[in-house]
Amino acid sequence: MKVVIMGCGRVGATLATWLDNDGHDVTVIDIRPDAFKRLPPEFKGRRHAGNAIDQDVLARVGLRQADAFVAVTQGDNRNVMATQMAKHLFGVRRTLCRIYDPIREEIYRDLGLETISPTLVGAQLLKDLIDKEPAAAGGETEA
Amino acid sequence: MYIIVVGAGKVGYYLAKELLEAPEGHEVLIIELDAAKVERVTQELGDIALRGDGCEAATMEKAGYGRADMVIAVTGDDEDNLVVCQVAKAKFSVPRTVARINNPKNESIFKQLGIDTTVSATAAILAQIEQELPIHGLIQLLSLKGGGLEIVEVKVPQRASVVGKRIGELLLPQQSLITLIVDSDGTPRVPSNDTIIRAEDQVVAVTRRESEDALRAALTNSSSPAAPGR
Repeated sequence: MKVVIMGCGRVGATLATWLDNDGHDVTVIDIRPDAFKRLPPEFKGRRHAGNAIDQDVLARVGLRQADAFVAVTQGDNRNVMATQMAKHLFGVRRTLCRIYDPIREEIYRDLGLETISPTLVGAQLLKDLIDKEPAAAGGETEA
Repeated sequence: MYIIVVGAGKVGYYLAKELLEAPEGHEVLIIELDAAKVERVTQELGDIALRGDGCEAATMEKAGYGRADMVIAVTGDDEDNLVVCQVAKAKFSVPRTVARINNPKNESIFKQLGIDTTVSATAAILAQIEQELPIHGLIQLLSLKGGGLEIVEVKVPQRASVVGKRIGELLLPQQSLITLIVDSDGTPRVPSNDTIIRAEDQVVAVTRRESEDALRAALTNSSSPAAPGR
């Protein structure tokens, strides 16, 4: 599968590495070239320094042939814009968009984007841990 | 009208100022994240600035997007302008959204994503340059809302077949109307059927989008071989 990832932060670099290890054809785009330092030296995919909300850049990385596009930059709005371009301009079948702001996430999910809000996911995980506190704490002391 | 302007940079500041000074008496609110810019607006234009993120729901509630007639997003970032307008439409049903775009190539995707109007300084300057070049093409001045009508400008070349003819005898595409003629020396004339077209006239016309090419051809094509003399 050909996957284009926008944003080479912690999440982007980790995802790119995993997909590369699984044998996928991975391209990572980041506006700051030094972000690629997060990728391991053995990473076989492509690193492309550029602005992924510029359709010329997206065309240059071959987005039209991509099977999936993932937007994980720090900016919700950049992710939203790039994902919509990938979906509507380049016809990418699978597009995934990270949106920190839960309200914006809900709006764009309603508008048909496949979205994930790490804010909600993270808070939910933490709450689940707190809710199960007695058992978990007991387990820890025993270990 | 209640108009919300997002972004208090130079464009947003002067836009808000002009809107406030307009005789229509608009109610204007500027939303800006940067405290120094908010301060400047408040000092110069009065208490019309709200500090906050123009695409964050809490700020939008506070700003009263729900009763806004128009939202104009003029920050320096296309992605922010896009999201401001999309959220204004999707969550607050704002009837008219306007986005400033920096990359002219974003115009079509913005339209596709539901933004009512896009304004691009880059495209405007390009159009200006084209206007200054002696190519005798047709320049789009304005799209009229709905109906597919446009206001366009054409400069009549020296050897155009229409030179010396009365407007009444011109064969123009259907629903094309010559509304103004500006002489080569800059004098404007309101045309009638008896107005004579002269070389180098700037002709401003209303036309249908699909008739643009035909209108340009009618006003700029050189005398056809069949037409004797001038």
